[in-house]
Amino acid sequence: MSVNIVSPGILALLQDAGRFGKHQIGLTNGGPMDPLAFHWANRLCANPAGATAIEVSVGGLKLEAQQALRLAVTGGEMPLKINGVPTERWQTHCLKAGDRLELGYSQRGCRAYIAVSGGGFDVADDFGSTATVVREGIGGLNGSALKAGDELACHADLDAQCWRVPAAEQPIYSKQVTLRVIPGYQQHSFSRTQQRLFFHNSFEVSDRCDRMGYRLTGPAVSSNIEGILSEGICLGAIQVPADGQPIVLMNDRQTIGGYPKIGSVLSLDLAKLAQLLPGDKVSFTPITIDCAHNALHLAHNRFIAAQLEPLCSEEK
Amino acid sequence: MNIHVAGENALMIYFGQDTSPAISARVQQIAGRLPALLGDQLLDLIPSYASLLVLFNPLLTDHLAVRKAIKSALAEGADSEAHEGRLLELPVYYAAESGPDLAALAERASMSVEEVIALHQRDEYRVYAIGFAPGFAYLGQVDERIAAPRLATPRQKVPKGAVAIADRQTAVYPAVSPGGWNLIGLCPTPMFDPTAEPNMPVSVGDRVRFVAIDRSEFLSLGGELSEGSWR
Repeated sequence: MSVNIVSPGILALLQDAGRFGKHQIGLTNGGPMDPLAFHWANRLCANPAGATAIEVSVGGLKLEAQQALRLAVTGGEMPLKINGVPTERWQTHCLKAGDRLELGYSQRGCRAYIAVSGGGFDVADDFGSTATVVREGIGGLNGSALKAGDELACHADLDAQCWRVPAAEQPIYSKQVTLRVIPGYQQHSFSRTQQRLFFHNSFEVSDRCDRMGYRLTGPAVSSNIEGILSEGICLGAIQVPADGQPIVLMNDRQTIGGYPKIGSVLSLDLAKLAQLLPGDKVSFTPITIDCAHNALHLAHNRFIAAQLEPLCSEEK
Repeated sequence: MNIHVAGENALMIYFGQDTSPAISARVQQIAGRLPALLGDQLLDLIPSYASLLVLFNPLLTDHLAVRKAIKSALAEGADSEAHEGRLLELPVYYAAESGPDLAALAERASMSVEEVIALHQRDEYRVYAIGFAPGFAYLGQVDERIAAPRLATPRQKVPKGAVAIADRQTAVYPAVSPGGWNLIGLCPTPMFDPTAEPNMPVSVGDRVRFVAIDRSEFLSLGGELSEGSWR
């Protein structure tokens, strides 16, 4: 069984939950930029958590089912059509052999996820993960983004129920978000005034934003140190180079760097940042690591407790 | 010793402000102890010059418990035997055609190209950190006389195997990539091979010595010279 990529659109990548434990040979994590939407897509397909799915950035992907299969689309608001007919995201769809799925360009939200039932796309691991990191040439199909003509193997799973994510659980993608920040790293190298400047102003997502990092533009924030001895960088770290324009480091970040950092964005909010497009606005608010810890547990428990709604046959 | 919050799932241990083999050895020692203390709660570790980033799974543990584990790793004290690391010799073809910044670096240092090459080979370097890109090992420290700042405009494309200097660090580029370091030669030994076991010929704490080879040795060891690959 397989799916044929007719067109990858702007950027389509195979992703599982990410590559962990390989920082000591310089490999980054990769993985879904919006893990919540990714995990919902797999749940809709009754897949194990972290099964390999397609992350579509901005839109434009077209694929064709080579056999009958079930799949689900979640994430950014990219108009979904099956055989040219507009249809709903956040639910499972049954496709027949030859059916075509098409994702249009997004107005809100930058990342969508396509999961396929039967355990996800069947791709060989690279360093324990299928996550594609194009910069490293690792993961996915030969370390590359998906191309027209790629065949993605998957497994049959046709007699299962189709599902929908309840409306209350579907995120609303906004063009303005507040990101919770755990102050840390070199926070003390930013004076009180500079920290106030950072936390009380709004920044704009520049067009230099990718899976490595989101460069923001706004009032220049300055640190009283120019650089530091190169050190490890965690997900969400906010580095502030000499020009004072913060860069939020994302899934494909470099593992080591020497710019001062004011703290790190909570992962739940990084998912929201990853859904923004250039020109959208962000602001920052500080939280303690204890609040961050509670927020992560609550979000996890909410996801586990939420129930999918069964679809009756005419809704499929 | 300072333990700082870095993020929701990350604590940073700072061991000092300087680059020294003693501090680096201590970083390695603590990095070696933490996996047994944290088990499944540990996601990853990033050892660097004088710091160790400890990444944990926040759904399985919390920063207080991880801090406690770190403190107990630190309390064990230094091992009596210093860990020397393995010594690896890396062949380098130093020449104008393989090291486009060699002449400028020599001029800056007010010495001949031959003296720069000799100084780069003289010292044994330590692997202080691995990062930036898969297989990129930060080696230090080069003699102060051949230290050189990064290029004002980084190159779009540095070839695989390029031997380079930035400040008092030296490295071999494991793959073609952009880069702003000063290029002084080419090394035919692969620094990262996804299909090999291990993937890298060195790990943090190992030692490296560079040994000059000529053009024909470089080519017979599998080295490649690509015309105009510096632009």
